[in-house]
Amino acid sequence: MQVTTSAMTRLTRQTPAWDRAASRLQQQGALIALIVLILAGWWRYGDDGFVSTYNVASALRYNAMFALIALGMTFVIMTGGIDLSVGGVVVLCSILAALWSPLGLWPATLGAVAGGIIVGFINGGLVAWFGIQPFIVTLATLLAARGLSLLLADNASVSVDFESSFLQLDRDVGGVPMAVVIAALAYLMGSIVLNLTRFGRHILAIGGSEEAARLAGLPVPRTLLCVYAVSGGLAGLTGAILAAQTFTGNPTEAVGWELSAIAAVVVGGTLLTGGVGSVWTTLVGVLLLGLIINMLNFENIDPYWQTMIRGLFLLVVIILQRRLVRWRDPNR
Amino acid sequence: MAETAREQATAPLEAPTAAPRRWREVGQAIGAAAFLLLLLLYNVIFNADAFLSLQALRLNLTQVATIVIVGVGITLVIATGGIDLSVGSLMAISGAMAPLIFLSDWPLLSTPFIGGTLAYIIPISVAGLFGLFNGWLITAFGLQPIIATLVLFVAGRGIAQVITDGRLQSFREPDWQFVGLGRIAGIPFQAILMIAVVALAGWALRSTSFGRYILAIGGNEAAARLAGVPVKRVKLAVYAISGLLAGLAGLIVIAINSSSDANQVGLNMELDAIAAVAVGGTSLMGGKATVVGTLIGALIIQLIRFTLLTQGVSDSVARIVTAAAIIIGVLAQRRRAS
Repeated sequence: MQVTTSAMTRLTRQTPAWDRAASRLQQQGALIALIVLILAGWWRYGDDGFVSTYNVASALRYNAMFALIALGMTFVIMTGGIDLSVGGVVVLCSILAALWSPLGLWPATLGAVAGGIIVGFINGGLVAWFGIQPFIVTLATLLAARGLSLLLADNASVSVDFESSFLQLDRDVGGVPMAVVIAALAYLMGSIVLNLTRFGRHILAIGGSEEAARLAGLPVPRTLLCVYAVSGGLAGLTGAILAAQTFTGNPTEAVGWELSAIAAVVVGGTLLTGGVGSVWTTLVGVLLLGLIINMLNFENIDPYWQTMIRGLFLLVVIILQRRLVRWRDPNR
Repeated sequence: MAETAREQATAPLEAPTAAPRRWREVGQAIGAAAFLLLLLLYNVIFNADAFLSLQALRLNLTQVATIVIVGVGITLVIATGGIDLSVGSLMAISGAMAPLIFLSDWPLLSTPFIGGTLAYIIPISVAGLFGLFNGWLITAFGLQPIIATLVLFVAGRGIAQVITDGRLQSFREPDWQFVGLGRIAGIPFQAILMIAVVALAGWALRSTSFGRYILAIGGNEAAARLAGVPVKRVKLAVYAISGLLAGLAGLIVIAINSSSDANQVGLNMELDAIAAVAVGGTSLMGGKATVVGTLIGALIIQLIRFTLLTQGVSDSVARIVTAAAIIIGVLAQRRRAS
């Protein structure tokens, strides 16, 4: 799909060089911004510990969680859908992990992932078999997951068993936080799946045109089911990491994370219309948003202003993205 | 209501299938209402102690009014094929501004009448302008509504927090708080406002060219443009209306609470309102909308919660049941539609 579209634009437009530059900028703009901001931060806050191991490691450790849910969101968005339930699933699974933490590292973590996958299957099943819009399905499961979290946690926080091996989930591996290692592996696997497997091709084909994919005989319902399950499973894993990092499962945590994940995907350059995308641009989007928050912390800006500035940044990015997409293909 | 509007518009074209189609649409409209009636009956028969009191009636109306008022705006937005995620944040902005105005020491504003009036006009207008800004992003740049309104969803609460420094503003202004605490003939004033908003929007959708334009855009935007519908202007208006109604709802909420907390006002309102719209039978794809349906949808969700809570079921379980009700409601409409 992607290849044909860009080939056609190249034929119809007269200035392929500019065209390619715009396309490159739309896809890599976030990466350029990331590099520029890192250099700017280094120059401005270098003496205050901006590039210190502590700052880098703690920022990455926190943002690894957003990276994981944004990865799942990327897959869902590439099929032309959306998953609003991830924030609720993260909380639900952090509570599951905290409740099961006395059982040890693996049972608690895998239990949380399994919980996330089940919610993902419910999402995928309702979308694929009943044809309800992803927006409304995942909105309902968001509400349900939050309700279930309160129920399981009995309206309070559940603390993690401090004796348990579950806390290993937040240890350092050769100086690198475990969450970062997990996120890096997940992105590597995500990239392989998307680029080298039939499943990955199917995802992009469905996002390009679900009707065409169906007529071409692709297993559309099964693919959708798997995509939402992957998103749920990654949110479950994120929940386990959140529990290990904060030592609690707190039902009021992770409010609005689904929208942060969507923002990261969009900032990275994946179009919400589906059919196009790469997992690496999402990673860049996550790092870019995380970096901006980190830099605002160094400026000692009041958190309320930070919320506003994040919104403003999102605005600038999406307008630029949109301009570049239109320039490349005025019909979109 | 809107179904009938669309029905009339399309009937001549589809004369052979008109009769079964009409029945289906009637069934669809009645489905939600019948379920609401069932819920009411259940409460009257089995839950009379808790339900059949003036207090319970007022409580339910008070809680449902803001959701319906915001939901009507979102219904219009969804009818054009869009979505508005920013309503909760816009409520926070208007709720943050009003106390700043009527508590101000400025000589002009400290007169109760002028200060009080401006404390209605300015916050609602500002929310409307932010709504217009949403519409501008969508029409001028061709952004997807979910992304365009995500900007103010994120930034809007920040704006509300910045203008109040994140402080909780408490107040006691009985005259001003009439919008949230007042009653006319025993009926909460915001319930009357709610009915007025529903009636006005329902009439506009059914009987004005503006309403027809909205449905035409949601049905097929390209066709509407070719047919001469002023697509941009209608979309701008729809998002501005959604903003205005969110602004009004924000004032009602702070009047009820006698305080304004930028972190809390309108939190999750976008989800509640969208749920009410979906349960009410408005198609999320656009082109088909019913404002009365949104009222019914909000009442259904409210009554389910009320019934469960008065039966001693915990709030968390009530949320899960509400989620299931949303899915079942949407599913039932799809089944009947296809």
